[in-house]
Amino acid sequence: MSDFIADIALQINLVDIVLLAFLVVVAGAVIQVRDLFEAVVLLGIFSLLSACIFTTLDAVDVAFTEAAVGAGISTVLFLATLTLTAREEKAQYRHSWSGFIVCTLTGGALIYGTLDMPHFGELNAPIHRHVAPRYIVESPEEIGVPNMVTSVLASYRGYDTLGETTVIFTAGLTVLLLLRRDRRSRDRSTSPPTIETTDRRGSHTMRHAMVLRVMSKLFIPLILLFALYVQFHGDFGPGGGFQAGVIFAAAFVLYALIHGIEAAQRVAPTARVQVFVALGLLLFIGTGLASLFAGGNFLEYKVLAHQASHGEHLGILFIELGVGITVAAVIINTFFFFAGRGRT
Amino acid sequence: MSQILGLYNYWVVVLLMMAGFYNVIARGNLIKKLIGLNIFQTSVFLLYISMGKVEGGTAPIVAEGVATYSNPLPHVLILTAIVVGIATTSVGLSLVIRIREAYDTIEEDEIQQLDEGP
Amino acid sequence: MDTLIHLASWLCLLLGCCFCLIGGVGLLRLPDFYSRIHGGGVTDTLGAGLVISGLMLQGGLSLTTAKLAMILLFLLLTSPVATHAIARAAQHSGLKPQVTDAAA
Repeated sequence: MSDFIADIALQINLVDIVLLAFLVVVAGAVIQVRDLFEAVVLLGIFSLLSACIFTTLDAVDVAFTEAAVGAGISTVLFLATLTLTAREEKAQYRHSWSGFIVCTLTGGALIYGTLDMPHFGELNAPIHRHVAPRYIVESPEEIGVPNMVTSVLASYRGYDTLGETTVIFTAGLTVLLLLRRDRRSRDRSTSPPTIETTDRRGSHTMRHAMVLRVMSKLFIPLILLFALYVQFHGDFGPGGGFQAGVIFAAAFVLYALIHGIEAAQRVAPTARVQVFVALGLLLFIGTGLASLFAGGNFLEYKVLAHQASHGEHLGILFIELGVGITVAAVIINTFFFFAGRGRT
Repeated sequence: MSQILGLYNYWVVVLLMMAGFYNVIARGNLIKKLIGLNIFQTSVFLLYISMGKVEGGTAPIVAEGVATYSNPLPHVLILTAIVVGIATTSVGLSLVIRIREAYDTIEEDEIQQLDEGP
Repeated sequence: MDTLIHLASWLCLLLGCCFCLIGGVGLLRLPDFYSRIHGGGVTDTLGAGLVISGLMLQGGLSLTTAKLAMILLFLLLTSPVATHAIARAAQHSGLKPQVTDAAA
């Protein structure tokens, strides 16, 4: 039996080795390619491979988020930027020896630093001996939520999640400030190329793409349903507010890519979505204030109901909902701003 | 030898970090720099998650018959970091769009020339 | 009976990996863009389908098997659409298929 387990351990290391080798190849390729489109696709492959490695390293929540955010939304935003800027890199920077030396020195210093680290997977590493055992042992009774990552994220480290949601909110605001079109038209000598989808008068292909339109109408409700499932199932399995928000936004991005920006703006007008950006964060803060008014500290959920674990469940439900709403609205708005920038 | 076996994960991740870092400092195209930054970011995530893995453990979701769990704390940290990463990337990309509209180029040296210019 | 299911599952997994490999070789070696897409299509449908069927046989009758069946359904429905979108984009940007045997 122990032979079998040793075999499994070796297998996991083999998968690890192969995936890491792929990652190194992809990273090397990104340095080499001149075509920015290829570089963006390689970045998407890098994110997807990292999501696979996260799964073999038992980080299922992180893998979910990385696959949705890195391989999904990030690629779409980069491609939207590419259509508005340039397609290829200038061929002047072939090698930079000073850069190479700096990287080698930094890499050497980092490797020297890892020599003191505990071995990979060691049970008695210091990282596993202080706070983590307390969370692992106490969280089923104190909070009663099976997914320990959700309980730590939403309850034990709720302040960090509040800060993170505020960062997303601020990023959404910044993109709005930078990219919102003024009412007055701007005088420029060269107008940037437009994204294919924006066409009321044009005769671009997407309007006549029957296969894509039919299939997208089939899938978008299922994507939205899956987003809701991930949102509310985050207590019991991998999932939670961030992943659900990203998947929810992906449905809208898909609709905009296939049916055009105008049609998507009729479904989700920017002004209304902006309200939701603020609403999610307000829901989060409101839960904290509610626990203040109920007699406990800020974001202390156990005072929200008569039984402590019920209060925790309620608190986690509301703040995950707030996070999901804010993330979805920010990503939808960001995509609309990126895509709408090229219109004259 | 056992040290190499135990640490090669971290060394490969450091190599990936340096590949991303080289992209940032040695390439002049702004979008290439952002791509390099994203690669750097993702390899840092790999480093943290590798540190949290416990041999013989499983995903940190309470289930019957499981004795050891992997450490949930790095997972929470990296979950936050991924979402903050996409937020900063989107801000960076919108800055690149505005720079392109103002200077009509996204190559760093051309932008510097236009700034110092005649 | 158990060994039969295990054998069938192993067979499905191995065949699925073989088809993924064949698809990969096709992606690299076929001469033209439009024929290379077919390589990707083989990987998406037969390769992924067989691997997921093998995993379903391993899972028995459980919630995991139901989820895997739904994933299989989604893959079979979306990957042809994705291939179609790629081919359509290539056609719109003017890429012509290679219809002669001459080296491109």
